[in-house]
Amino acid sequence: MRFVDEFRDAATARALATKIAGLCEPGRQYKFMEVCGGHTHTIYKHGLEDYLPETVSLVHGPGCPVCVIPMGRVDDAIAIAEHPDVIMTSFGDMMRVPGGRGSFFDSKAAGTDIRMVYSPLDSLKIARNNPDKQVVFMAIGFETTAPSTAMTVLRAAQEKLDNFSIFCNHVTIIPAIKAILDSPDLRLDGFIGPGHVSTVIGCKPYDFISAQEGKPLVCAGFEPLDILQSVYQLLLQLKEGRCEVENQYSRVVPWDGNPKALEVIGEVMELRPYFEWRGLGFISHSALQVREKYASFDAEKIFNVPGVRVADPKACQCGEVLKGVLKPWECKVFGTACTPETPIGTCMVSSEGACAAYYNFGRFSRERVKEATHT
Amino acid sequence: MCLGIPGEVVELLDDGRDLAMVSVAGVRRAVNIGLLHEEKLAPGDWILIHVGFALSKIDEREAQAALDWLQGVGDAYTDELEALATSDIT
Ligand code: SF4
Repeated sequence: MRFVDEFRDAATARALATKIAGLCEPGRQYKFMEVCGGHTHTIYKHGLEDYLPETVSLVHGPGCPVCVIPMGRVDDAIAIAEHPDVIMTSFGDMMRVPGGRGSFFDSKAAGTDIRMVYSPLDSLKIARNNPDKQVVFMAIGFETTAPSTAMTVLRAAQEKLDNFSIFCNHVTIIPAIKAILDSPDLRLDGFIGPGHVSTVIGCKPYDFISAQEGKPLVCAGFEPLDILQSVYQLLLQLKEGRCEVENQYSRVVPWDGNPKALEVIGEVMELRPYFEWRGLGFISHSALQVREKYASFDAEKIFNVPGVRVADPKACQCGEVLKGVLKPWECKVFGTACTPETPIGTCMVSSEGACAAYYNFGRFSRERVKEATHT
Repeated sequence: MCLGIPGEVVELLDDGRDLAMVSVAGVRRAVNIGLLHEEKLAPGDWILIHVGFALSKIDEREAQAALDWLQGVGDAYTDELEALATSDIT
Protein backbone atom coordinates (compact mmCIF):
# COMPACT_ATOMS: atom_id res chain seq x y z
CA MET A 1 0.00 0.00 0.00
CA ARG A 2 3.03 2.22 -0.35
CA PHE A 3 1.77 4.46 -3.14
CA VAL A 4 -1.76 4.78 -1.92
CA ASP A 5 -1.41 8.48 -1.09
CA GLU A 6 -0.69 9.28 -4.70
CA PHE A 7 -4.13 8.13 -5.71
CA ARG A 8 -6.82 10.69 -6.01
CA ASP A 9 -9.24 8.21 -4.62
CA ALA A 10 -7.26 6.10 -2.23
CA ALA A 11 -10.33 4.65 -0.55
CA THR A 12 -11.71 3.39 -3.85
CA ALA A 13 -8.37 1.79 -4.66
CA ARG A 14 -8.31 0.03 -1.34
CA ALA A 15 -11.88 -1.13 -1.70
CA LEU A 16 -11.11 -2.45 -5.17
CA ALA A 17 -8.03 -4.27 -3.92
CA THR A 18 -10.19 -5.99 -1.32
CA LYS A 19 -12.82 -6.92 -3.87
CA ILE A 20 -10.13 -8.25 -6.19
CA ALA A 21 -8.68 -10.42 -3.45
CA GLY A 22 -12.16 -11.70 -2.67
CA LEU A 23 -12.69 -12.90 -6.22
CA CYS A 24 -9.53 -15.01 -6.39
CA GLU A 25 -10.08 -18.71 -5.95
CA PRO A 26 -7.67 -20.18 -3.41
CA GLY A 27 -4.73 -21.93 -5.04
CA ARG A 28 -5.44 -20.57 -8.51
CA GLN A 29 -2.86 -18.45 -10.32
CA TYR A 30 -4.10 -15.69 -12.63
CA LYS A 31 -2.12 -14.11 -15.42
CA PHE A 32 -3.45 -11.10 -17.33
CA MET A 33 -1.68 -9.33 -20.17
CA GLU A 34 -1.81 -5.57 -20.54
CA VAL A 35 -1.33 -5.12 -24.26
CA CYS A 36 -0.54 -1.41 -24.24
CA GLY A 37 2.72 0.24 -23.19
CA GLY A 38 0.79 3.10 -21.60
CA HIS A 39 -0.76 0.65 -19.14
CA THR A 40 2.67 -0.84 -18.40
CA HIS A 41 3.73 2.66 -17.51
CA THR A 42 0.87 3.21 -15.06
CA ILE A 43 1.43 -0.20 -13.47
CA TYR A 44 5.10 0.48 -12.74
CA LYS A 45 4.67 4.12 -11.85
CA HIS A 46 2.05 3.40 -9.21
CA GLY A 47 3.38 0.04 -8.08
CA LEU A 48 -0.03 -1.45 -8.90
CA GLU A 49 1.21 -4.99 -8.47
CA ASP A 50 1.44 -4.21 -4.76
CA TYR A 51 -2.35 -3.93 -4.73
CA LEU A 52 -2.89 -7.34 -6.22
CA PRO A 53 -2.76 -10.65 -4.41
CA GLU A 54 0.40 -12.64 -5.17
CA THR A 55 -1.64 -15.06 -7.23
CA VAL A 56 -2.54 -12.35 -9.75
CA SER A 57 0.22 -11.28 -12.10
CA LEU A 58 0.23 -8.75 -14.89
CA VAL A 59 2.45 -9.43 -17.89
CA HIS A 60 3.39 -6.93 -20.53
CA GLY A 61 2.39 -7.22 -24.12
CA PRO A 62 3.63 -6.02 -27.50
CA GLY A 63 1.71 -2.74 -27.55
CA CYS A 64 4.58 -0.35 -28.05
CA PRO A 65 4.95 0.40 -31.76
CA VAL A 66 8.53 1.60 -31.48
CA CYS A 67 9.52 -1.60 -29.68
CA VAL A 68 8.34 -3.91 -32.45
CA ILE A 69 10.10 -2.27 -35.43
CA PRO A 70 12.69 -4.80 -36.59
CA MET A 71 16.32 -3.81 -37.15
CA GLY A 72 16.04 -4.41 -40.90
CA ARG A 73 13.35 -1.74 -41.31
CA VAL A 74 15.55 0.82 -39.53
CA ASP A 75 18.38 -0.07 -41.92
CA ASP A 76 16.01 0.24 -44.89
CA ALA A 77 14.89 3.68 -43.72
CA ILE A 78 18.51 4.76 -43.33
CA ALA A 79 19.23 3.49 -46.85
CA ILE A 80 16.43 5.76 -48.11
CA ALA A 81 17.77 8.68 -46.06
CA GLU A 82 21.18 8.18 -47.68
CA HIS A 83 19.86 9.25 -51.08
CA PRO A 84 21.40 12.69 -51.62
CA ASP A 85 18.11 14.53 -52.24
CA VAL A 86 16.12 12.94 -49.43
CA ILE A 87 14.90 14.54 -46.23
CA MET A 88 13.79 11.75 -43.89
CA THR A 89 11.30 12.79 -41.20
CA SER A 90 10.47 10.82 -38.08
CA PHE A 91 8.81 10.96 -34.68
CA GLY A 92 11.37 11.63 -31.95
CA ASP A 93 10.68 8.20 -30.39
CA MET A 94 12.20 6.51 -33.42
CA MET A 95 15.49 8.40 -33.42
CA ARG A 96 17.40 6.18 -31.01
CA VAL A 97 16.03 2.82 -32.15
CA PRO A 98 19.03 0.71 -33.08
CA GLY A 99 19.19 -0.91 -36.49
CA GLY A 100 21.92 -3.21 -37.72
CA ARG A 101 23.91 -0.19 -38.84
CA GLY A 102 23.09 2.17 -36.02
CA SER A 103 20.16 4.50 -35.35
CA PHE A 104 18.69 7.55 -37.08
CA PHE A 105 20.78 9.70 -34.74
CA ASP A 106 23.95 7.88 -35.87
CA SER A 107 22.97 8.28 -39.50
CA LYS A 108 22.23 11.98 -39.01
CA ALA A 109 25.63 12.44 -37.37
CA ALA A 110 27.16 10.80 -40.43
CA GLY A 111 25.57 13.43 -42.66
CA THR A 112 22.06 12.36 -43.70
CA ASP A 113 19.19 14.84 -43.40
CA ILE A 114 16.91 13.22 -40.84
CA ARG A 115 14.52 15.56 -39.05
CA MET A 116 12.27 15.04 -36.06
CA VAL A 117 8.64 15.96 -36.52
CA TYR A 118 5.63 15.92 -34.23
CA SER A 119 3.05 15.15 -36.89
CA PRO A 120 3.07 13.66 -40.39
CA LEU A 121 1.53 17.01 -41.38
CA ASP A 122 4.83 18.65 -40.40
CA SER A 123 6.53 16.39 -42.96
CA LEU A 124 4.02 17.51 -45.54
CA LYS A 125 4.86 21.12 -44.82
CA ILE A 126 8.59 20.36 -45.16
CA ALA A 127 7.80 18.82 -48.56
CA ARG A 128 5.86 21.91 -49.64
CA ASN A 129 8.75 24.14 -48.58
CA ASN A 130 11.42 22.00 -50.26
CA PRO A 131 10.16 21.25 -53.76
CA ASP A 132 13.63 20.20 -54.94
CA LYS A 133 13.90 17.51 -52.22
CA GLN A 134 12.16 14.19 -51.71
CA VAL A 135 10.57 14.22 -48.26
CA VAL A 136 9.91 10.82 -46.70
CA PHE A 137 7.90 10.23 -43.52
CA MET A 138 8.90 7.25 -41.41
CA ALA A 139 5.39 6.07 -40.59
CA ILE A 140 5.14 3.93 -37.46
CA GLY A 141 2.46 3.05 -34.99
CA PHE A 142 -0.63 0.95 -34.41
CA GLU A 143 -4.14 1.95 -35.45
CA THR A 144 -3.77 5.03 -33.22
CA THR A 145 -1.41 6.75 -35.67
CA ALA A 146 -2.27 5.01 -38.96
CA PRO A 147 -5.32 7.26 -39.62
CA SER A 148 -3.13 10.37 -39.25
CA THR A 149 -0.67 9.01 -41.80
CA ALA A 150 -3.52 8.08 -44.13
CA MET A 151 -5.10 11.54 -43.83
CA THR A 152 -1.71 13.08 -44.63
CA VAL A 153 -1.35 10.96 -47.78
CA LEU A 154 -4.85 12.00 -48.85
CA ARG A 155 -3.94 15.63 -48.30
CA ALA A 156 -0.71 15.18 -50.31
CA ALA A 157 -2.76 13.63 -53.11
CA GLN A 158 -5.21 16.54 -53.04
CA GLU A 159 -2.37 19.01 -53.22
CA LYS A 160 -0.75 16.89 -55.98
CA LEU A 161 2.58 16.96 -54.16
CA ASP A 162 5.11 14.90 -56.06
CA ASN A 163 7.94 15.03 -53.53
CA PHE A 164 6.26 13.46 -50.48
CA SER A 165 6.08 9.81 -49.58
CA ILE A 166 5.76 7.57 -46.55
CA PHE A 167 7.87 4.59 -45.53
CA CYS A 168 4.99 2.61 -44.12
CA ASN A 169 5.64 0.55 -40.98
CA HIS A 170 2.17 0.66 -39.50
CA VAL A 171 1.25 -2.48 -37.60
CA THR A 172 -2.09 -3.83 -36.45
CA ILE A 173 -2.80 -5.00 -32.93
CA ILE A 174 -5.13 -7.95 -33.48
CA PRO A 175 -2.65 -10.27 -35.29
CA ALA A 176 -0.06 -9.56 -32.58
CA ILE A 177 -2.52 -10.67 -29.90
CA LYS A 178 -3.30 -13.76 -32.00
CA ALA A 179 0.41 -14.58 -32.27
CA ILE A 180 0.75 -14.29 -28.51
CA LEU A 181 -2.24 -16.55 -27.94
CA ASP A 182 -0.64 -19.11 -30.25
CA SER A 183 2.68 -18.95 -28.46
CA PRO A 184 3.17 -22.11 -26.42
CA ASP A 185 5.28 -20.54 -23.64
CA LEU A 186 2.51 -18.43 -22.19
CA ARG A 187 -0.76 -19.27 -20.53
CA LEU A 188 -2.96 -16.23 -20.09
CA ASP A 189 -6.28 -15.86 -18.30
CA GLY A 190 -7.35 -12.63 -19.93
CA PHE A 191 -6.39 -9.30 -21.43
CA ILE A 192 -6.41 -5.68 -20.41
CA GLY A 193 -7.21 -4.18 -23.81
CA PRO A 194 -5.37 -1.15 -25.18
CA GLY A 195 -7.07 2.22 -24.68
CA HIS A 196 -6.05 4.51 -27.53
CA VAL A 197 -5.90 1.85 -30.25
CA SER A 198 -9.48 0.98 -29.35
CA THR A 199 -10.67 4.55 -29.87
CA VAL A 200 -10.02 3.76 -33.54
CA ILE A 201 -10.86 0.07 -33.92
CA GLY A 202 -13.52 -0.11 -31.22
CA CYS A 203 -14.19 -3.23 -29.16
CA LYS A 204 -15.65 -5.58 -31.76
CA PRO A 205 -12.36 -6.79 -33.29
CA TYR A 206 -11.54 -8.38 -29.91
CA ASP A 207 -14.55 -10.66 -30.13
CA PHE A 208 -12.47 -13.60 -31.35
CA ILE A 209 -10.47 -13.50 -28.12
CA SER A 210 -13.56 -14.24 -26.09
CA ALA A 211 -15.49 -16.25 -28.69
CA GLN A 212 -12.74 -18.44 -30.11
CA GLU A 213 -9.91 -18.29 -27.61
CA GLY A 214 -12.08 -18.33 -24.54
CA LYS A 215 -10.34 -15.41 -22.82
CA PRO A 216 -12.05 -12.31 -21.41
CA LEU A 217 -10.84 -8.86 -22.43
CA VAL A 218 -11.51 -5.51 -20.78
CA CYS A 219 -10.60 -2.29 -22.58
CA ALA A 220 -9.07 -0.07 -19.95
CA GLY A 221 -8.24 3.57 -19.30
CA PHE A 222 -4.85 4.74 -18.08
CA GLU A 223 -5.56 5.81 -14.51
CA PRO A 224 -4.42 3.45 -11.76
CA LEU A 225 -8.06 2.99 -10.77
CA ASP A 226 -8.98 2.10 -14.36
CA ILE A 227 -6.50 -0.72 -14.35
CA LEU A 228 -7.55 -2.05 -10.96
CA GLN A 229 -11.18 -1.84 -12.08
CA SER A 230 -10.32 -3.82 -15.22
CA VAL A 231 -8.57 -6.52 -13.24
CA TYR A 232 -11.65 -6.69 -11.08
CA GLN A 233 -13.91 -7.04 -14.14
CA LEU A 234 -11.70 -9.79 -15.58
CA LEU A 235 -11.74 -11.74 -12.32
CA LEU A 236 -15.50 -11.28 -11.99
CA GLN A 237 -16.01 -12.73 -15.48
CA LEU A 238 -13.86 -15.73 -14.62
CA LYS A 239 -15.67 -16.24 -11.35
CA GLU A 240 -19.09 -16.09 -13.03
CA GLY A 241 -17.95 -18.32 -15.88
CA ARG A 242 -18.43 -15.53 -18.42
CA CYS A 243 -16.05 -14.71 -21.20
CA GLU A 244 -16.77 -11.38 -22.85
CA VAL A 245 -15.31 -8.22 -24.25
CA GLU A 246 -16.06 -5.35 -21.88
CA ASN A 247 -15.37 -1.65 -22.21
CA GLN A 248 -14.16 -0.09 -18.96
CA TYR A 249 -12.95 3.00 -20.88
CA SER A 250 -16.27 3.87 -22.51
CA ARG A 251 -15.78 7.53 -21.59
CA VAL A 252 -13.24 7.65 -24.43
CA VAL A 253 -13.58 4.42 -26.42
CA PRO A 254 -16.76 4.08 -28.50
CA TRP A 255 -17.85 0.46 -28.96
CA ASP A 256 -17.66 0.83 -32.73
CA GLY A 257 -14.45 2.83 -32.78
CA ASN A 258 -13.95 5.83 -35.03
CA PRO A 259 -15.59 5.04 -38.41
CA LYS A 260 -13.97 7.95 -40.21
CA ALA A 261 -10.49 6.88 -39.03
CA LEU A 262 -11.12 3.30 -40.18
CA GLU A 263 -12.40 4.56 -43.50
CA VAL A 264 -9.28 6.62 -44.28
CA ILE A 265 -6.96 3.76 -43.27
CA GLY A 266 -8.90 1.48 -45.63
CA GLU A 267 -8.78 4.03 -48.43
CA VAL A 268 -5.01 4.49 -48.35
CA MET A 269 -3.66 1.23 -46.92
CA GLU A 270 -4.14 -2.50 -47.14
CA LEU A 271 -2.79 -5.45 -45.17
CA ARG A 272 0.64 -6.81 -46.08
CA PRO A 273 0.87 -10.56 -46.52
CA TYR A 274 3.33 -10.64 -43.63
CA PHE A 275 5.59 -8.36 -41.63
CA GLU A 276 8.49 -8.96 -39.30
CA TRP A 277 8.08 -7.86 -35.69
CA ARG A 278 11.15 -7.38 -33.58
CA GLY A 279 11.51 -10.33 -31.26
CA LEU A 280 8.28 -11.96 -32.46
CA GLY A 281 9.35 -12.88 -35.99
CA PHE A 282 7.10 -12.84 -39.06
CA ILE A 283 3.36 -12.49 -38.41
CA SER A 284 0.96 -12.79 -41.32
CA HIS A 285 -1.42 -9.93 -42.14
CA SER A 286 -0.04 -7.92 -39.26
CA ALA A 287 0.96 -4.67 -40.93
CA LEU A 288 -0.20 -2.12 -43.48
CA GLN A 289 1.20 -1.07 -46.82
CA VAL A 290 0.22 1.70 -49.20
CA ARG A 291 -2.40 0.70 -51.78
CA GLU A 292 -1.43 0.66 -55.46
CA LYS A 293 -3.73 3.62 -56.00
CA TYR A 294 -1.41 5.78 -53.89
CA ALA A 295 1.85 4.15 -55.09
CA SER A 296 3.36 7.54 -55.91
CA PHE A 297 3.36 8.25 -52.16
CA ASP A 298 4.96 4.93 -51.24
CA ALA A 299 8.67 5.23 -50.47
CA GLU A 300 9.05 1.48 -50.93
CA LYS A 301 8.02 1.88 -54.56
CA ILE A 302 9.97 5.08 -55.19
CA PHE A 303 13.29 4.08 -53.66
CA ASN A 304 15.31 0.99 -53.96
CA VAL A 305 14.72 -0.40 -50.48
CA PRO A 306 17.23 -3.13 -49.71
CA GLY A 307 14.76 -5.13 -47.58
CA VAL A 308 17.50 -6.48 -45.39
CA ARG A 309 16.81 -8.85 -42.58
CA VAL A 310 18.98 -8.40 -39.53
CA ALA A 311 18.96 -10.84 -36.65
CA ASP A 312 18.40 -9.26 -33.23
CA PRO A 313 21.56 -9.00 -31.11
CA LYS A 314 22.28 -12.22 -29.22
CA ALA A 315 22.10 -10.57 -25.82
CA CYS A 316 18.69 -9.07 -26.56
CA GLN A 317 15.64 -10.72 -25.03
CA CYS A 318 13.06 -8.18 -26.22
CA GLY A 319 11.06 -10.93 -27.90
CA GLU A 320 10.46 -12.63 -24.58
CA VAL A 321 9.64 -9.31 -22.93
CA LEU A 322 7.21 -8.36 -25.74
CA LYS A 323 5.47 -11.70 -25.38
CA GLY A 324 5.28 -11.32 -21.64
CA VAL A 325 7.38 -14.43 -21.04
CA LEU A 326 10.15 -12.50 -19.27
CA LYS A 327 9.89 -9.52 -16.97
CA PRO A 328 12.27 -6.73 -18.03
CA TRP A 329 14.64 -7.26 -15.11
CA GLU A 330 15.01 -10.89 -16.04
CA CYS A 331 16.81 -9.97 -19.28
CA LYS A 332 20.52 -10.61 -18.81
CA VAL A 333 21.59 -7.16 -20.00
CA PHE A 334 18.83 -5.13 -18.29
CA GLY A 335 20.26 -2.09 -16.54
CA THR A 336 23.84 -3.09 -17.24
CA ALA A 337 24.67 -3.20 -20.95
CA CYS A 338 21.15 -2.07 -21.85
CA THR A 339 19.95 1.27 -20.41
CA PRO A 340 17.87 4.12 -21.86
CA GLU A 341 21.13 5.92 -22.71
CA THR A 342 22.66 2.90 -24.46
CA PRO A 343 19.74 0.73 -25.52
CA ILE A 344 20.49 -2.68 -27.01
CA GLY A 345 16.86 -3.54 -27.50
CA THR A 346 13.89 -1.40 -28.48
CA CYS A 347 11.93 -1.97 -25.27
CA MET A 348 14.51 0.30 -23.62
CA VAL A 349 14.18 3.08 -26.19
CA SER A 350 10.60 4.22 -26.09
CA SER A 351 9.18 5.53 -22.84
CA GLU A 352 6.32 3.13 -23.42
CA GLY A 353 8.65 0.17 -23.71
CA ALA A 354 8.37 -2.18 -20.75
CA CYS A 355 12.11 -2.08 -20.05
CA ALA A 356 12.32 1.72 -20.05
CA ALA A 357 9.18 2.04 -17.91
CA TYR A 358 10.65 -0.44 -15.48
CA TYR A 359 14.06 1.20 -15.54
CA ASN A 360 12.62 4.64 -14.86
CA PHE A 361 9.90 3.80 -12.39
CA GLY A 362 10.17 0.25 -11.21
CA ARG A 363 13.44 0.34 -9.36
CA PHE A 364 11.87 0.10 -5.97
CA SER A 365 10.02 -3.01 -7.01
CA ARG A 366 13.16 -4.40 -8.63
CA GLU A 367 15.05 -4.00 -5.42
CA ARG A 368 12.24 -5.74 -3.64
CA VAL A 369 12.27 -8.58 -6.12
CA LYS A 370 16.02 -8.93 -5.73
CA GLU A 371 15.65 -9.08 -1.97
CA ALA A 372 12.94 -11.65 -2.28
CA THR A 373 14.98 -13.88 -4.55
CA HIS A 374 18.15 -13.60 -2.46
CA THR A 375 16.62 -14.54 0.81
CA MET B 1 3.99 9.63 -30.09
CA CYS B 2 1.51 7.24 -28.55
CA LEU B 3 0.53 9.74 -25.93
CA GLY B 4 -2.87 11.34 -26.35
CA ILE B 5 -2.67 14.99 -25.32
CA PRO B 6 -5.87 16.77 -24.28
CA GLY B 7 -6.65 20.17 -25.76
CA GLU B 8 -9.54 22.63 -25.66
CA VAL B 9 -10.99 23.82 -28.94
CA VAL B 10 -10.70 27.61 -29.18
CA GLU B 11 -11.76 28.29 -32.75
CA LEU B 12 -12.78 26.31 -35.80
CA LEU B 13 -10.92 27.46 -38.89
CA ASP B 14 -13.15 27.59 -41.88
CA ASP B 15 -10.55 27.13 -44.61
CA GLY B 16 -11.58 23.73 -45.90
CA ARG B 17 -8.57 22.00 -44.36
CA ASP B 18 -10.23 20.56 -41.26
CA LEU B 19 -8.16 22.68 -38.91
CA ALA B 20 -9.08 24.04 -35.51
CA MET B 21 -7.14 26.24 -33.15
CA VAL B 22 -6.76 24.36 -29.90
CA SER B 23 -5.31 25.35 -26.58
CA VAL B 24 -2.84 22.63 -25.56
CA ALA B 25 -1.00 23.03 -22.27
CA GLY B 26 -1.68 26.76 -22.50
CA VAL B 27 -0.40 27.18 -26.06
CA ARG B 28 -2.57 27.75 -29.14
CA ARG B 29 -1.92 25.19 -31.85
CA ALA B 30 -3.54 24.19 -35.09
CA VAL B 31 -4.92 20.65 -34.89
CA ASN B 32 -6.49 18.62 -37.68
CA ILE B 33 -10.03 17.60 -36.73
CA GLY B 34 -10.81 15.72 -39.95
CA LEU B 35 -11.05 12.38 -38.14
CA LEU B 36 -13.92 13.65 -35.99
CA HIS B 37 -16.22 14.36 -38.90
CA GLU B 38 -19.30 12.82 -37.40
CA GLU B 39 -19.13 14.87 -34.25
CA LYS B 40 -19.90 18.54 -34.28
CA LEU B 41 -17.12 20.33 -32.47
CA ALA B 42 -17.55 23.74 -30.91
CA PRO B 43 -15.26 26.07 -29.01
CA GLY B 44 -14.99 24.83 -25.43
CA ASP B 45 -15.03 21.16 -26.43
CA TRP B 46 -12.16 18.96 -25.31
CA ILE B 47 -10.35 16.59 -27.64
CA LEU B 48 -7.59 14.02 -27.35
CA ILE B 49 -4.81 14.78 -29.82
CA HIS B 50 -2.45 12.25 -31.36
CA VAL B 51 0.36 13.45 -33.64
CA GLY B 52 -1.50 16.57 -34.70
CA PHE B 53 -4.93 14.96 -35.19
CA ALA B 54 -7.92 14.92 -32.87
CA LEU B 55 -8.85 11.27 -32.39
CA SER B 56 -11.67 11.55 -29.89
CA LYS B 57 -13.90 14.03 -28.18
CA ILE B 58 -13.69 13.82 -24.40
CA ASP B 59 -15.26 15.62 -21.47
CA GLU B 60 -13.41 18.05 -19.27
CA ARG B 61 -13.02 15.58 -16.42
CA GLU B 62 -11.38 13.07 -18.72
CA ALA B 63 -9.14 15.82 -20.10
CA GLN B 64 -7.96 16.56 -16.56
CA ALA B 65 -7.35 12.86 -15.90
CA ALA B 66 -5.38 12.54 -19.12
CA LEU B 67 -3.32 15.57 -18.19
CA ASP B 68 -2.56 14.17 -14.74
CA TRP B 69 -1.50 10.91 -16.32
CA LEU B 70 0.78 12.70 -18.78
CA GLN B 71 2.38 14.77 -16.06
CA GLY B 72 3.19 11.55 -14.27
CA VAL B 73 4.94 10.23 -17.36
CA GLY B 74 7.59 12.91 -16.96
CA ASP B 75 10.21 13.11 -19.72
CA ALA B 76 8.05 11.53 -22.38
CA TYR B 77 5.42 14.25 -21.90
CA THR B 78 8.03 17.03 -21.87
CA ASP B 79 9.52 15.64 -25.09
CA GLU B 80 6.09 15.44 -26.65
CA LEU B 81 5.28 19.04 -25.69
CA GLU B 82 8.64 20.19 -27.06
CA ALA B 83 7.95 18.38 -30.31
CA LEU B 84 4.49 19.93 -30.40
CA ALA B 85 5.99 23.38 -29.86
CA THR B 86 8.10 23.02 -33.01
CA SER B 87 5.15 21.71 -35.00
CA ASP B 88 3.29 23.98 -37.40
CA ILE B 89 0.77 22.25 -39.57
CA THR B 90 -1.07 25.32 -40.83
S1 SF4 C 1 16.86 -5.07 -21.29
FE1 SF4 C 1 17.30 -4.31 -23.35
S2 SF4 C 1 17.82 -6.11 -24.54
FE2 SF4 C 1 16.86 -6.85 -22.65
S3 SF4 C 1 14.72 -7.10 -23.22
FE3 SF4 C 1 14.92 -5.04 -22.40
S4 SF4 C 1 15.32 -3.71 -24.17
FE4 SF4 C 1 15.63 -5.84 -24.82
